[in-house]
Amino acid sequence: MLISFHYTVHTSLDVVEEKISGVGKALADQRELYLGLLYPTEDYKVYGYMTNSKVKFVIVVDSSNTSLRDNEIRSMFRKLHNSFTDVMCNPFYNPGDPIQSKAFDSIVSTMMVQAF
Amino acid sequence: MADDALFEFLHMEIVAHVYKEQATREDIDKERVTCVSTLELMGFRVGQGLIERFTKDCPTFKEDLDIMKFLCKDLWSTIFRKQIDNLRTNHQGTYVLQDNKFALLTQFSTGKQYLEEAPKYLAFSCGLIRGALSNLGLESVVTAEVSLMPSCKFQVVIQKL
Repeated sequence: MLISFHYTVHTSLDVVEEKISGVGKALADQRELYLGLLYPTEDYKVYGYMTNSKVKFVIVVDSSNTSLRDNEIRSMFRKLHNSFTDVMCNPFYNPGDPIQSKAFDSIVSTMMVQAF
Repeated sequence: MADDALFEFLHMEIVAHVYKEQATREDIDKERVTCVSTLELMGFRVGQGLIERFTKDCPTFKEDLDIMKFLCKDLWSTIFRKQIDNLRTNHQGTYVLQDNKFALLTQFSTGKQYLEEAPKYLAFSCGLIRGALSNLGLESVVTAEVSLMPSCKFQVVIQKL
């Protein structure tokens, strides 16, 4: 069950790359960090967000949950980015390691519970 | 008002501390090199964290020159309360950032006095620039030179893979 999520997230990374390389050729002011709906599969919708430090956030949402609007997804990414920044500034965290911060975990869990 | 001085004093103490630690060991030849690398690594990690915080609200950077301009204007003003005075490039990955009144060197002298000691105090800032660029996706080599205090030049060479 978990494996299929990992698989979905991995394939969505390719779509992120596509969007990033496409941005330069498209409109010049389309430089937002939020990438929007990456692609819908039959069960899930996948949203992407890339920071300036090339860190990608991917949110996978159940397709049956149609009450989640674009704005809410954007604010979720905003919160994720804020907590990730806090993790980066933690002296005990080395960039590139898996995140072990309990504060980060609790923020993510609260967010997931709130959304559903 | 006093917050500006806080970092400057802390930085001076960091440099003094790192050198004092090294002096208690016997290997005098390697002393200078290890101290400079320690300071540079410290600056590297700080640069990474700072960039994450400062680029939170900016749109994605389109090219290297945009990144360098951000570094010279926004990052430098936030850390040292002034912008880089001169940015030169050869458009092939080498950039020279010139600061005519570098905040960490203003208290030393206004000429050639204490010139040999200056590199120690520039190592941290070199690491800062390198860390910032590395987190934005650009691997680089950063060196600094001082010929007349308090002005100094940082040379950044972007490593293309």
